[in-house]
Amino acid sequence: MTYNYKVVRQFAVMTVVWGAVGMLVGVWIAAQLAWPQLNFDIPWITYSRLRPLHTNAVIFAFGGSALFATSYFVVQRTCQVPLFAPRLAAFSFWGWQLVIVAAAVTLPLGMSTTKEYAELEWPIDVLIAAVWVAYAIVFFGTIAKRKTPHIYVANWFFGAYVITIAVLHIVNSAALPVTWTKSYSVYAGVQDAMVQWWYGHNAVGFFLTAGFLGMMYYFIPKQAERPVYSYRLSIVHFWALIFTYMWAGPHHLHYTALPDWAQSIGMVFSLILLAPSWGGMINGIMTLSGAWHKLRDDPILKFLVVSLSFYGMSTFEGPMMSIKTVNALSHYTDWTVGHVHSGALGWVGFITMGSIYYLMPRLFGRTQMHSVRLIEVHFWVATIGVVLYIAAMWIAGVTQGLMWRATNPDGTLTYAFVESLKATYPYYYIRVAGGLLYLAGMLIMLYNCLMTIREGKAIDAEVPGAAVAHA
Amino acid sequence: MEALYLLIPLSLAIIALAAWIFLRMSDSGQFDDMDAPAHSILLDEDLPAPMDITPEGEAPRPHDPPSRDA
Repeated sequence: MTYNYKVVRQFAVMTVVWGAVGMLVGVWIAAQLAWPQLNFDIPWITYSRLRPLHTNAVIFAFGGSALFATSYFVVQRTCQVPLFAPRLAAFSFWGWQLVIVAAAVTLPLGMSTTKEYAELEWPIDVLIAAVWVAYAIVFFGTIAKRKTPHIYVANWFFGAYVITIAVLHIVNSAALPVTWTKSYSVYAGVQDAMVQWWYGHNAVGFFLTAGFLGMMYYFIPKQAERPVYSYRLSIVHFWALIFTYMWAGPHHLHYTALPDWAQSIGMVFSLILLAPSWGGMINGIMTLSGAWHKLRDDPILKFLVVSLSFYGMSTFEGPMMSIKTVNALSHYTDWTVGHVHSGALGWVGFITMGSIYYLMPRLFGRTQMHSVRLIEVHFWVATIGVVLYIAAMWIAGVTQGLMWRATNPDGTLTYAFVESLKATYPYYYIRVAGGLLYLAGMLIMLYNCLMTIREGKAIDAEVPGAAVAHA
Repeated sequence: MEALYLLIPLSLAIIALAAWIFLRMSDSGQFDDMDAPAHSILLDEDLPAPMDITPEGEAPRPHDPPSRDA
């Protein structure tokens, strides 16, 4: 009996492919902000249509495929059984790819619910829900038939992400269809905004945090060949995150029509989140205590550990930006964009790249990647790219915030909006450069993976204890 | 703020579910051993064959690795 590596392989390969595609679109729209002529007056490739395509491609196609690949791998290896319901697992792969292709067609055509990170129209939403139910059955079915009595902590994180995303998606996507391509949200006005950001921030918390923490708690100990620093802390980290996450969303709606007390609740819960987040970050980094030398020679470990430093940075920055007085400066500026990308490129991107570099040789019967040196190159190119990107957006954001709020002694605004835009241009160029570096790193990874696959052969590892029947 | 009549009960229901799962798993002994599980994943060898240079100079594993370099 062998593990079901097929679906893991499919998702792992598509992670790299969609990563390259999504980041290419990202660089393109970053260039459009610097050089607006790049939309060529073609409606399908204007910024407004490509931007949701970029976010959907990197979050749900790249990040989503990575979460499917790693959760299916980790749940099998830690439970020591092949996946439950392999046909449903295959459906989850093809269904998810269909969702992505449908997004890539409908978004440029201008079909959109206009809800951020939930732009896809209702028929695609129904397909997402179906795929997710299949995913949940496969994942929890595998846990239920496990051969090991203990459920490893990574599975708790993956499990929470699977359940919560189902609830968030269904509640936020509730809509009245008018035609096959148009629907209206069942919520209206500020109610819709509240539901949208309840979804939006919990998607950050459970899709982009809990899911990837599942990767962190498995792949860092495995790659470092050391047990997690404190297993007890990892369990505390999990339950603390679960019991405190749900109400950070209103910080996206400071100084809006949302009642003041609801905004304050969002701020308080966001501040509380610093504690579990940093507990988890310290736990992950300290896993290397006594083995720091491994960081010097192992580029995969570099990806995994540096992802945690970006996780620490963004989970400090996030609560700080949720404080209303700080938010008064940062909101609607490019600082927010910088904050998101410090989490997305630094944390989600790096932990994914490290995990996929760990998986690829094991899925294709190799002992290591085609070129370890190219992983090292990828690491440095990507790191420089992220730093350029986020530093440029920090400066741009603070500049914009200060210019927008500046007033003359007579109470009139000191600057017109267009003056703040003009002041932002240098940072837009730097962002394009940072994005290009990050994309270049992803293309290096794509090449390295393709070469590894060419030299290797798809191999499904034996399930331990079941090898007797095989002989 | 009618949306909160949906969102707050929903959040409380999720918290109640999480608390129920936590207490159930805690009673069943899922969190009793906080050392061994961290080590057990490291004993699960998943490489197709031993690395060319292993950090501790480990000997190749006794059983046949699946074929590689096909």
